[in-house]
Amino acid sequence: MKLTPEQIEAIAQLARLDLTDKEKKMYAEQLSVVLDYIEMLDEVDTTGIEETCQVTGLEDVVREDVAHECDEETRQKLIAQFPDKMGNLLKVKAVFTDSEE
Amino acid sequence: MNLNEITIKQAHDGLKAGAFTSVDLTEACLKQIKKRNKKINAFISIFETEALEEAKMADDMIKSGRQQALTGIPFAVKDAINTLDRRSTAGGKILDNYTSPYDATVIKNIREQGAVLIGKTNCDAFGHGASNEQSMYGPVLNPHNEKKVAGGSSGGSAAAVADHQCIFAIGEDTGGSIRQPASFCGVVGFRPSYGRNSRHGIMPMASSLDVVGPMTKTVEDTAVLMEVMAGQDDLDATTVGDKVPEYSKKLDSVNSKLKIGIPKEYFNVEGMDEEAKQIVENKIAELKKDYEVVEVSLPMTKYAIPVYYIVVPSEDSSNMGRLDGIRYGVRAKAKNLYDVYAKSRAQGFPEEVKRRIMIGTYALSAGYYDAYYKKAQKVRTLIIQDFEKVFETVDLLVTPTTPSPAFGLGEKKDDILAMYLADVFVSPAAVAGIPAISIPAGKTKSGLPVGLQIIGARLEEEKVLQLANQL
Repeated sequence: MKLTPEQIEAIAQLARLDLTDKEKKMYAEQLSVVLDYIEMLDEVDTTGIEETCQVTGLEDVVREDVAHECDEETRQKLIAQFPDKMGNLLKVKAVFTDSEE
Repeated sequence: MNLNEITIKQAHDGLKAGAFTSVDLTEACLKQIKKRNKKINAFISIFETEALEEAKMADDMIKSGRQQALTGIPFAVKDAINTLDRRSTAGGKILDNYTSPYDATVIKNIREQGAVLIGKTNCDAFGHGASNEQSMYGPVLNPHNEKKVAGGSSGGSAAAVADHQCIFAIGEDTGGSIRQPASFCGVVGFRPSYGRNSRHGIMPMASSLDVVGPMTKTVEDTAVLMEVMAGQDDLDATTVGDKVPEYSKKLDSVNSKLKIGIPKEYFNVEGMDEEAKQIVENKIAELKKDYEVVEVSLPMTKYAIPVYYIVVPSEDSSNMGRLDGIRYGVRAKAKNLYDVYAKSRAQGFPEEVKRRIMIGTYALSAGYYDAYYKKAQKVRTLIIQDFEKVFETVDLLVTPTTPSPAFGLGEKKDDILAMYLADVFVSPAAVAGIPAISIPAGKTKSGLPVGLQIIGARLEEEKVLQLANQL
């Protein structure tokens, strides 16, 4: 499967990755090699075979729908990790408009 | 023997007898780290002050009769695992400034016993790699030969234990990331069954394959650690409720009628190192004296790598989505929200992470999901059945851990596929969710460690550890 730099651009957009033109070319080549190799799986007859989504066999692992309060100390540690904040609120760029830095 | 060169068992007994203190032990390890870290680069973060404080508290615990298996023993944790109030970068710059607000469950279990967290070890960023060259904090050198890689992704943990910079370490294995560096560095690395140890707090890569496990100097130490780490956890819905056996007490109860299988597909791959193969075959010859050893076949073996490289990047691309510069970590300067994501991730991730995110994004995208992810999960079922069939006739499998000993720094960096194929022996067990251990089998003439792998049926950790202990 040969990928073009343009296809890499489309994938990178979906994955929210900023790539230079040089990188797009490099990844196109590398991903193509990997995807070619993966085509080996076409050799395997999987008619009637179920997918394995998880190996434990566990089903419906549930707990009571009860809210657990976060202790204040941990809450402050989480807030301390915010890259940008206003008081205890996380600050982010506007979701719908371009804004100046 | 220097204090930093002892095992968990020896440390426990020595502390109990008052032969030395936890502070003594911790200082010995810190001394070795200071001496070696600039070269080997096994540690990203070293907690000298905090560790000595923890050691003093451990000594108090011991004095007041509250010593447990791991009290006072200095250990290291792979940086992609959360450790309360300590820096956790996962080897990637996007978390360069991140301090974990909580302990992973298995780490909490260990620290509650009073073990001393001496530092966080270097790893391929977020577990993405097989040589520790994809860390954004520099590669880890192999303590046995500083021109060779330590292996990955838990290279720092492996090297730290091998170089006696700590008494034990914790690693994480998705497709070989504990076993392969253990093999390259000559230490014991155990990947228990998926679901045996809680993944809560282990920064996730592939949620249906990730496993956290011990890296130690002896199998006995691994057994001791597993008793502390294993068990059901309400915070991880994929943990099994099976009772945790007393692994360390059962080590000597090997079944004399064990039947051991040697899968032929693991002994004739292209590019296999003849010397390493011979070392493993010598060990197998020893086994033949005590047990029935038969050749078996696992025809699905070669499909494990392509399955792995679809399933893992797919799950990974989803898991890596949380690293977006928004709530934690490094946020890039950007003009708009899209750029916050795109630039933070571009600057904060190394190549291999970006590669896998993109392979996964592609494999899961509209039109490709059936051809790639669904197909891979079906072949995964066949791989699981392959193992189940073989375990009807044998108890355990013995194989080399890797096709060759540690390769040179930079040797495989440009050949992505070669790097992936180096995991050919460790991927199948990971894909199937079954337990596997790598133990040192010997060294090549040039002094490079060679690892031997023992694979067991699902949830048969005891059997695996018993045979490993024998060898």
